[in-house]
Amino acid sequence: MSLRQRRASELALTLLAPLLLLSIWELLSRSELINPLYWPAPTSLWSTFVELLTEGDLLTDIWLSTVRILGGFLLGSIPGIVLGLAMGLFWPVRVFLMPLAAALYAIPKIAILPLVMIIFGIGEASKFMIVALSIFFLVVLNTMSGVLEIDRTFRDVARNLGASRLELFTTVALPGALPSIFTGLRLAMGFALIVIVGTEFLTVSQGGIGAMIWQSWTILSVKKMMVGLIITGIMGWLLSLLVSSAERLVMPWRVAD
Amino acid sequence: MTEIVLPTVSNRRLPTRANEAIVSTTRVGKTFETPRGPVRAVEDVTLAFAPGSFNVIVGPSGCGKSTLLRMIAGLESPTSGDLSFTRAQENASAPTNALVFQGRSLFPWLNLRQNVAYGLRLQGISRAERSAKADELLHLVGLRKFSRSYPHQVSEGMRQRVAIARALAVDPDILLMDEPFGALDEQTRLLLQEELLRIWEATGKTVIFVTHSLDEALLLADTIVVMSAQPGTVRTVFRVPFPRPRTLTEVRKDPKFAELFSRTWEILRTEVNAARARQEQEIA
Repeated sequence: MSLRQRRASELALTLLAPLLLLSIWELLSRSELINPLYWPAPTSLWSTFVELLTEGDLLTDIWLSTVRILGGFLLGSIPGIVLGLAMGLFWPVRVFLMPLAAALYAIPKIAILPLVMIIFGIGEASKFMIVALSIFFLVVLNTMSGVLEIDRTFRDVARNLGASRLELFTTVALPGALPSIFTGLRLAMGFALIVIVGTEFLTVSQGGIGAMIWQSWTILSVKKMMVGLIITGIMGWLLSLLVSSAERLVMPWRVAD
Repeated sequence: MTEIVLPTVSNRRLPTRANEAIVSTTRVGKTFETPRGPVRAVEDVTLAFAPGSFNVIVGPSGCGKSTLLRMIAGLESPTSGDLSFTRAQENASAPTNALVFQGRSLFPWLNLRQNVAYGLRLQGISRAERSAKADELLHLVGLRKFSRSYPHQVSEGMRQRVAIARALAVDPDILLMDEPFGALDEQTRLLLQEELLRIWEATGKTVIFVTHSLDEALLLADTIVVMSAQPGTVRTVFRVPFPRPRTLTEVRKDPKFAELFSRTWEILRTEVNAARARQEQEIA
């Protein structure tokens, strides 16, 4: 099998599973083997989607959620990377903060939402903060372990060639920990979506894709809810693509073969 | 303390007086604190290395020869004794030494040119200037056309050549090498040994080279330092008489090679046995 044939087969197999699932769903729904009221046929969702797009607030909801996710993501991940690098490089910082980080990391993030709302109000600020807080420790711990896994030889090379502490930070710790940092960021992006949808369930009046799903449930508009679910899935996929593209951009040596 | 009656110079000393040496160690020792108590890695090492000379330190594994090298490199500080350096050049920004490490030491996130230029980047030299210097050195080690490749894209032997180029790029007085060819297959190792001799002859650097291979030591060295089993002390020091420039085949053909090899091995064997006995005792 040539490489091109192999690629084509891989693509076909990748698409086959979701298509198969959708076809079965379609058939079962059309033949009313499952209740089409709860399981509307996938093809029937298209018109609902177009309707929501042209008449409803769907685009606004998508926009609101995306801004909340990306804003909170930056707000949580950048300080997370800096602190994680410091914890990895300097043992006093690590020993001092590790118990705290490990304990806070274990709290289910949605549980701190009431606290966040007390401090930051019920508006957009608390949306950003809940996302930032729920990914912060994840990024910190992944970054730290990335630094700790860097081969000692690299630090020795840098020190032998005269690197200062700051240069150790920027030329060894940061690039050396990048693979691990990105593992953290990929997980964080998933978390951000989960948390924002959950948060929007609780603040329905402020919009967002989560609010749209929750509202559809309360009025039992199953088709609208299904569209919301599919869009959430696609958003998750696109956001993870965003992280992977950033990864390729920042780590060109990983791409080169 | 030594039975060798070869072109030996003296025990515990190289043929240079300390005040002429580019680097000298005076009763240098290193004791590591470990959870199982202090471990004496190096003890009472007094050596003086002549400028421009090629020095090889051999000894059984775990004898502290790498620790000695790391102390000269400034990566460990001695717990007793002194190290002193004499500058070989006017250029104050050039470091006293640069160390070529054993195994994988190239930064995987930098391409070969950036790896070679790394030390220059730390010195704040402009990008254009350091790229030019890096390319020059890559050319010296025969890898000019791989300057944009990443370390994982080239062979282990090529990586070690780049590591040598990286150390030379900062123009150190002394090139320190810690078993640089230890992880290579034999044929690549032979090629790199000859290449190292060529580079050394071209640059005139002082080299201190650590290995456990007697063969390698005899091929490369002006002076061989044989170290004892742990704690590492100087067992004997002697000169290698083969003419320069050397090639592997000529050295191997020289009748003095076999003689030197067997006599040095006699000394080394007792130390290797001592090291082994110690290890067995620790396990038991």
